[in-house]
Amino acid sequence: MTTAAGTHPLNRRKKINLLPYLLILPTFVFIALFTIYPTFSVLQSSQEYYHPNRPNRTQETDLNLPGIEEASRSIRGPHDVGLAYFRAMLDPSSPEGEVFFQVMGNTIIYTVITVPVTMLLAFVFAVMVNRSLRWIGLARVAFFYPTMLPLVSAATIWLFFFTPDYGLWNVALKALGYSGPQNWIINRSLGLWALMIVSIWKNAGYLMIFYLAGLQGLPQDVYEAADLDGAGWLTKMFRITLPLLRRTTLFVSVIAIITSFQNVDHAFVLTNELVTGEADLLLYEIYKQRFVLGNYGFANALTVVMIVVLLVFTMTNFYLSERRSDEQ
Amino acid sequence: MNNSVTTATSASRTAQLSWSRARWGIWFVNGLTILLAIMWAVPIIWTIIVSFRPPSDPLGQNDVWFSKDGVTLESYQRAVDLAPFFPHVEDGRLSRSYYGNTLEYVLMTLAVQLVTVTLAAFAFVQYQFPGKRLLFYLILIQLMIPTAILLVPNFTIISQLGLYDTTLAIAIPYFGSAFGTFLMRQAFLEVPRELVESAEIDGARWYQLLWNIYLPPTRATLVAFGMVSVSFHWNSLLWPLVVTSDQSRPLTMGLLRFTQLTDIGAQWSLIMAATLIIVAPLFILFLVFQRQFIQSFINSGFK
Repeated sequence: MTTAAGTHPLNRRKKINLLPYLLILPTFVFIALFTIYPTFSVLQSSQEYYHPNRPNRTQETDLNLPGIEEASRSIRGPHDVGLAYFRAMLDPSSPEGEVFFQVMGNTIIYTVITVPVTMLLAFVFAVMVNRSLRWIGLARVAFFYPTMLPLVSAATIWLFFFTPDYGLWNVALKALGYSGPQNWIINRSLGLWALMIVSIWKNAGYLMIFYLAGLQGLPQDVYEAADLDGAGWLTKMFRITLPLLRRTTLFVSVIAIITSFQNVDHAFVLTNELVTGEADLLLYEIYKQRFVLGNYGFANALTVVMIVVLLVFTMTNFYLSERRSDEQ
Repeated sequence: MNNSVTTATSASRTAQLSWSRARWGIWFVNGLTILLAIMWAVPIIWTIIVSFRPPSDPLGQNDVWFSKDGVTLESYQRAVDLAPFFPHVEDGRLSRSYYGNTLEYVLMTLAVQLVTVTLAAFAFVQYQFPGKRLLFYLILIQLMIPTAILLVPNFTIISQLGLYDTTLAIAIPYFGSAFGTFLMRQAFLEVPRELVESAEIDGARWYQLLWNIYLPPTRATLVAFGMVSVSFHWNSLLWPLVVTSDQSRPLTMGLLRFTQLTDIGAQWSLIMAATLIIVAPLFILFLVFQRQFIQSFINSGFK
């Protein structure tokens, strides 16, 4: 019966067919429960002060609890504090604000450096590997295999490379004439660099394959025409290849940024000993506040910030790509 | 055709003039490729070599590759003894192990995803119904807000469901996949309408349409999705770390705990043997099915 109606779209619309809803239901239930519901519930819980690890006693003096002006309230909570965590985050003199500024600073530096460097390397790799030579398959595997490693394994291997005195990274730097500090994972700015190096090494080959796919989809006749005009290698690269790969580049940048936000597994191996969080990235800090320090409200508030950052970013990107495809 | 041949010969003079310069250019690019490829490969080569060092021979200045004492499997043996990587028989049953747990949640995720993703994508392609666009956009929210960043609220949900420290807890947030739904929808849209319509006229039921018409030409996409899903979940750490405490620890967690065992100190050969134990299956599969893996990961970025 449904099939008879299927051939006549008008008939099909008259009575509501439950089947498509049932088919979508499993997917929808899980996404509603683990994506949509938590996105809203976290808005609620970011307005609650709760430190279950603290003793349930009242504090006479001001303990600098966000949103709790009056003394003699339990330092454990829970208390409804409204938007106090968000106000505290914007105030660098509060403990939450201090952490927030540091973590956002780290996350921005990390993203602003790793994303363009990884993309540039990915493009260079793709151009190198997009040639038909017998040994080029080996090079492709060498660039791509880090994608198959867990980030925590990659970090473990690099932990050795960053070892003072005999770690290969330090040995290589010394051979190049570098005589600076060797303990990359104990020092704030070097700790962040260690995270960035591992991320770049791991992701360049992953992003390479998108450029490779893009390069292989380019129209060959354009290059033949350019050859006839005697165009050089550089001209072809900047006048033909890069402009034609603009959409690929936009797309690769989205993947690179989302990857850089949601992958922090290397921090568990490389910078976990920096207890004061000098090199913490946003998602790692969320984990630490909630599961190590027991600061539930702040972890929830940071999650809200992360959701907002991602939404703003994807919306902007969506808008940009829509506008660009209109132009074409 | 003829035209391009004649123009090519007229261009060959210019090409000859710049031939020697071009050859230097090619040598330069080849050299750079080899240099970078070696730089990228050094970490895994070092890992493999050091994993065969005896655990009793620590690394030192200028002594970080092969051991003077030769090649041995001792480090693998010690690693397996120190941590429950593999199950052993206990009261007639297999004990919990890192491998067992990882296999359990990875295969569970994959099995459920293949079903949910196929059904949802089929509904979106085959039927017109009120609320279709809205449902589709609601599902796509998962692409904008990755499940990974919702670990704090999702941990609360897992606790409330009473799933803490189970492999189901690791798998369940990924049972619905916006990415997979989108990918399969794109693939199903390529299936010729005439095929679908003629099957409908023959009186095919919905599951016959799905199984006989939609799935055969799109199997490659489904396999590609499966490969990306398996490698993503096999390699994940943060979420399993948060929702397991003891019984359901996966391989990545095992490696992390291994690196933090104090009595190991800087026994790199042990840690590297452990690293290779956890990456081996995926790695070997990758080396064998290289092209398929790379193609799958290309599909993971849909246009």
